[in-house]
Amino acid sequence: MKTSSLWRSSTLLAGLCTCLASVPALAAPPDSLTIGIALEPPGLDPTAGAAGAIRDVTYDNIFQGLTRIDEAGKVVPSLAKSWTVSPDGLTYTFDLQNGVTFQDGTQFDCSIVQFSYGRAMAADSINAQKQLFAPIAKVDCPSPLQAVITLKQPTSTFLYNMAWGDAVMVAPKSAAANKTHPVGTGPFEFSRWVPGDRIELIRNPHYWGPAPKLAAVTFRIIPDPAAATAALLSGALDAYPDFPAPETVVKFQHDPRFTVDIGTTEGKVILALNDARKPFNDIRFRQALAYAIDRNAIIEAAYSGYGKVIGSHYTPSDPNYVDLSGAYPYDPAKAKQLLQEAGVKPGMSFTITMPPPSYAQRSGQLVAAYLSQVGINVKLESVEWAKWLSQVFSQSDFDATVIAHVESRDLDIYARPHYYFNYDSPAYKALYAQYIAATDPTQQAALVEKLQRQLSADEPNIFLFALPKIGIWNAKLKGMWSNDPMPADDVTQVYWAQ
Amino acid sequence: MTNLRILLGGGLTVLVILTALVALVWTPYAPTAIDILHRLAAPSGLHPFGTDAFGRDTLSMIMAGAENSIIVSLAAVAIGAALGIPAGLLAAARGGWTEELLMRGADLTFAFPALLTAVMITALRGPGAYTVMIAIGVFTAPVLARVTRTAAGVIWVQDYARAARALGRGRGAVTRVHILPNILSVLTVQITIQLSLAILAEAGLSFVGLGAQPPAPSWGRMLNEGQTYIYTAPFLTLFPGMAIAVAVLGLNMLGDGLRDAMDLRRRRRA
Repeated sequence: MKTSSLWRSSTLLAGLCTCLASVPALAAPPDSLTIGIALEPPGLDPTAGAAGAIRDVTYDNIFQGLTRIDEAGKVVPSLAKSWTVSPDGLTYTFDLQNGVTFQDGTQFDCSIVQFSYGRAMAADSINAQKQLFAPIAKVDCPSPLQAVITLKQPTSTFLYNMAWGDAVMVAPKSAAANKTHPVGTGPFEFSRWVPGDRIELIRNPHYWGPAPKLAAVTFRIIPDPAAATAALLSGALDAYPDFPAPETVVKFQHDPRFTVDIGTTEGKVILALNDARKPFNDIRFRQALAYAIDRNAIIEAAYSGYGKVIGSHYTPSDPNYVDLSGAYPYDPAKAKQLLQEAGVKPGMSFTITMPPPSYAQRSGQLVAAYLSQVGINVKLESVEWAKWLSQVFSQSDFDATVIAHVESRDLDIYARPHYYFNYDSPAYKALYAQYIAATDPTQQAALVEKLQRQLSADEPNIFLFALPKIGIWNAKLKGMWSNDPMPADDVTQVYWAQ
Repeated sequence: MTNLRILLGGGLTVLVILTALVALVWTPYAPTAIDILHRLAAPSGLHPFGTDAFGRDTLSMIMAGAENSIIVSLAAVAIGAALGIPAGLLAAARGGWTEELLMRGADLTFAFPALLTAVMITALRGPGAYTVMIAIGVFTAPVLARVTRTAAGVIWVQDYARAARALGRGRGAVTRVHILPNILSVLTVQITIQLSLAILAEAGLSFVGLGAQPPAPSWGRMLNEGQTYIYTAPFLTLFPGMAIAVAVLGLNMLGDGLRDAMDLRRRRRA
């Protein structure tokens, strides 16, 4: 009896030892990845919402389009393996990948292209970027693996536009439920969403392309800068591609366990103004604001010096960028003079509505401090994302707000008839129409430059700085993107080095 | 021992109040003035408590923050006292179902933590110092109601109170003449303790962003804003943390000391 119980406890002990020995392996298995993100997506359907967070999780991981943007910002093949464009720029013929199935079993072919674009263009579509599809006249299917898209007018940005998260392919069976259970053609499929905490993806066993090296990816929602720092240091997170606490970067740079990769994003942090309201409709007032703010100081204080001053709605990493960062140097005296010309009295006040991210909160406070020096009282109001989206973005009920526009090369938003900041310039709209219709690359380049200059001259919003991408991850992790040419945390090529 | 506690606690409390009063007319720098060139400066002769990420002088912000803490706490406890003390007096005076109703109402209110109340009020009228005042006031009221009722209940059964009633004096008159003066010491002690709790609660609510909105300085938000700099500029959290500790410690010691000093039984024993 005694021997047997002794034997039993020793087996138990041995079992315990095995367990303990396997703990490190369990804590960091080489085929799973936990990523920190600052914002919880409002849903997971990139064709039904403007939030960048939707794309962070789903772009190329779950959903794919005909074309794709790679890490360098170039348009590369995705579900279309190649294409040709007719000389008049009106007909695009896409050859589609063979043997692609959706995660719900639906076969991908030309009918899916017709369905997806038709759905995005429909009158009742809630696609946040419907204008991307506006040039499309029709989609024809000469064969299941060939899609021929005819445009109404030549559109120089068409291939790029079709790489946006808003233009991904969706299956008719599952499209309606993508918001809560996304179904795409990508290398990862949706597994679980714990609201406020995490979104889990697992490897798609039926993926048409080379299988991803990771078996599971978890996106953890950790908006608080201090908590994000702690989570990385403790190993609870393997990576934070858009790290929200620039002030702690120094600590990670001195720690050999981590890789710190500072790259670029398409994010343009702007002080958006409601140009339909007085006195924001007066260009002198807007220019006065631009002169009153020291952008270099804002980058220093709000983002620990990471980031670049911009002078228009375009980032230095975009093609044909014009450096207009010196258009409105910090000059409070000039600002005061312009305010006087605009008939704005000292003590005038307006409200800056600030969304939660730290760049917005800090920039808002700094802008308020600078404007107080030229006699403008700024009231600061912090709001949650849901309220920001409904009040500021949808209803345009605001004076000013600090926001990062993360969409790439989105000069079109200033040409839209109704956009939340209410910029309405016939000159700009005409220029933009010319740019879209241009088929010659030199002409296109010249027009992009003109568009940037026009915005800088009109200063519909105060352009502050280009948001850097501060990526921090485990030093053994390879294949993370250095730059963000699109809102995306593309982990399809990520793996653990041994 | 008791006197020492009153002395020390009172001293610290007076220090905080004096700081707030001085801040009304003078701070070394304007507490909201931004100076990016000198951001994150370590404590020095120019900036004894250093400067924050925006180059604001930490000492000036703490001084202005004292003002905020004291005003919010005083207003909150005043709200609590205005609601709680009459309720407690009424409950003790009437007894019966009035007492049941008031005291169960107090229990119900007490079940909501200040944070939850603040979140609810914020949903209605946005964050800010007023929201915090009301939330802490609502959280203070049931405590004062209970203490008042218990203390008043003890006096109501004393012979002189019974005699006054027997001689035909009304409940209100007895409360005014006999009850209130006799429970004043108990209330003073409790109010002192509630003030320290209010300072702590204000700091907590400001920390999570429900309190005074930027750029108005507040100790809780200073802690919040400083926490990511804890590796590079620990003084940004150290000094506001110490300010909160000093204010709370001072009021607690004062409250404890006063309680012991006013407690007749204990005094006799000593």
